[in-house]
Amino acid sequence: MNAFGTQQNPQLNGHGELQHLLTIEGLPREVLMRILDTAAPFTEVAEREVKKVPLLRGKSVFNLFFENSTRTRTTFEIAAKRLSADVINLNINTSSASKGETLLDTTDNLAAMQADMFVVRHASSGAPYLIAQHLAATGRDHIHVVNAGDGRHAHPTQGLLDMYTIRHYKTDFTQLTIAIVGDVLHSRVARSQIHALTTLGVPEVRVIAPKTLLPTGVERLGVRVFNDMREGLRGVDVVMMLRLQNERMQGALLPSTQEYFKSYGLTPEKLALAKPDAIVMHPGPMNRGVEIDSAVADGGQAVILPQVTFGIAVRMAVMAMLAGN
Amino acid sequence: MKIHIRNGRLIDPASKTDKLLDLFIAAGRIVGVGAAPAGFEANSVLNATGCIVCPGLVDLAARLREPGFEYKATLESEMAAAAAGGVTRLACPPDTDPVLDEPGLVEMLTHRARLPEFAHVHPVGALTTQLEGKSLTEMAELNEAGCVAFGQANRAIVDTQVLLRAMMYAATFDFPVWLQAQDPFLARKGVAHDGEVAARLGLAGIPVAAETIALATILHLARETGARVHVTRISSAAGVEMVVAARAAGIAVTCDVAIHHLHLCEMDIGFFNAHARLDPPLRSVRDREALRTGLASGAINALCSDHTPVDDDGKQMPFDEAEVGATGLELLLPLTLKWAQEVKLPLVTALARVTSDPARILGVKAGSLASGAVADICVFDPAAAFRVSRENLRSQGKNTPFLGSELPGRVRYTLIGGHLAYDGTLN
Repeated sequence: MNAFGTQQNPQLNGHGELQHLLTIEGLPREVLMRILDTAAPFTEVAEREVKKVPLLRGKSVFNLFFENSTRTRTTFEIAAKRLSADVINLNINTSSASKGETLLDTTDNLAAMQADMFVVRHASSGAPYLIAQHLAATGRDHIHVVNAGDGRHAHPTQGLLDMYTIRHYKTDFTQLTIAIVGDVLHSRVARSQIHALTTLGVPEVRVIAPKTLLPTGVERLGVRVFNDMREGLRGVDVVMMLRLQNERMQGALLPSTQEYFKSYGLTPEKLALAKPDAIVMHPGPMNRGVEIDSAVADGGQAVILPQVTFGIAVRMAVMAMLAGN
Repeated sequence: MKIHIRNGRLIDPASKTDKLLDLFIAAGRIVGVGAAPAGFEANSVLNATGCIVCPGLVDLAARLREPGFEYKATLESEMAAAAAGGVTRLACPPDTDPVLDEPGLVEMLTHRARLPEFAHVHPVGALTTQLEGKSLTEMAELNEAGCVAFGQANRAIVDTQVLLRAMMYAATFDFPVWLQAQDPFLARKGVAHDGEVAARLGLAGIPVAAETIALATILHLARETGARVHVTRISSAAGVEMVVAARAAGIAVTCDVAIHHLHLCEMDIGFFNAHARLDPPLRSVRDREALRTGLASGAINALCSDHTPVDDDGKQMPFDEAEVGATGLELLLPLTLKWAQEVKLPLVTALARVTSDPARILGVKAGSLASGAVADICVFDPAAAFRVSRENLRSQGKNTPFLGSELPGRVRYTLIGGHLAYDGTLN
């Protein structure tokens, strides 16, 4: 009973089309598939002599990064530039926010510079929702918001590029067993992956982690929980590793990186428990020797670099679709 | 000024009365129930046809934001909200700036609040200096200045030895101690109930154990010290069970719940609605059901508004950065009525939880319509609806998860000490 929930899901417009991309949760399967299908031809753009299409010509894309991330910001920047957009990068934790300007003041100022799209990275879960709701409340629906990672909540383009990668190697989602390994508690990537995989009909999604790195009630997201990595990897088609932040060693979540690697690091020996043709994914940047052994990261089953390449195509697809809606 | 409240349905929970009875008021007091005293001639007749006449509401937690946070609310704005909500008496937590830990501050506040159209204000004094949980305040002096109880607002005393001594010292004078049960370590950085919604939205959780562990400490020390303990804003089913068990074991403990926790749950966070950022957090549906049942049975003694006006800037932030709290003075009566309807509780019992029961916890003679009582009275139309909107709220705080909803009951008149503090017929 959500008797007083008057808020609308701000990511879909009146026609059920994507107005913003804020999370994968609640998006219909068809929308996810359409994004993946749209991304496919964009992979070819990168192989051309002139790596550009004019879909976003004359549009201004603002990368609003309230939290540092060179990698994600760069892939969004490349994606927008290949669509011929003008890209403006703002690292806000080093500018206005430190002067006390609020998130919405910053948004208003940039909107006044005729932005067409905001790509937002923020340390607080839900920050892109606040921006999207504010734009709607102030009649600026023409500006689209793409969530480039908010707190522990969501990183939808990462989730989508992971789906693109899986489809590329495995074709049929409904035949797969997939394990997500590592710090699910703090991971926006894991949440987006879980929603995407369950929406696309993957019959068994597993999460593998020590109890300190799993959110309470995670099984209600539709996953099977394993605390023993060997058991959890048995027979899987895809292993999705998560990055372990070094600061997790403080705060009594884990005793040491060594012990973590022993129990939850992906080694060739543990990977051998998965299906022989299993693929290994990682959202990057990797901590070799912490969550993944170099022999696996550089081995034949890893598809970590193709993930990066596909990521650009998927982000191009998302931006092109939003601009078209 | 002699007032005749005519033709209303009088509900007085203190005497378990529910009857069509007129009420007669003179010199600020009730002088006749049902029949006018000899020679009574009213200067003013208030028509209560179709209305319920009950004692003015007693709210155990209303932040007036003075001193220190006048940009969020002022005494004037919040007293207007209280009167419009039928609240005639309220306790305000000590978390002002400066905190209410010195007699001079308490005197200044009670002096400022002493206007005929203002609700009676009972400051809750700080139990420790600056609410820091380190040294005791001058409780006896603060009591003389007007503090009815001592508490920590939403700040915990981390050092259990200080807590023990604070409770011992308060017990020396038989001063009540009001404490929120929330372990600060388990609640650290948490912004939502540690459950399904927090897991989904990626919000840091506060487990129920934060409440039960703190509650266990408080209850043990209450037994040890004999202090009269009132647990504020209980939020979980397990917490209610513990209070019931403690009471059965002979520990003098009372508790209250806030209107939000009675009606909402973690799901109401929706898409990061900052209005649902509350302390303690909104918990599961099961917890909410236990709170509703517990309040009906009397296991939970009182319902309060936990009124916390916050300005828009404080709420237009990402969920985890937003300020906690919701405005509530004007919602206390409607949400009491809504709860009573939903759990099918007689009004005389439901209204006790916001009148005579909290008055008993405050330790003041109030919340009654007996002849001779101070004329603090609320007259409301139970059939009319109150639409919660920014325009309709008199509180300076427009922050409530109930914005946009229609709730039962609209106040027609509020009398404070026989003074007509609010006249809803003028709207």
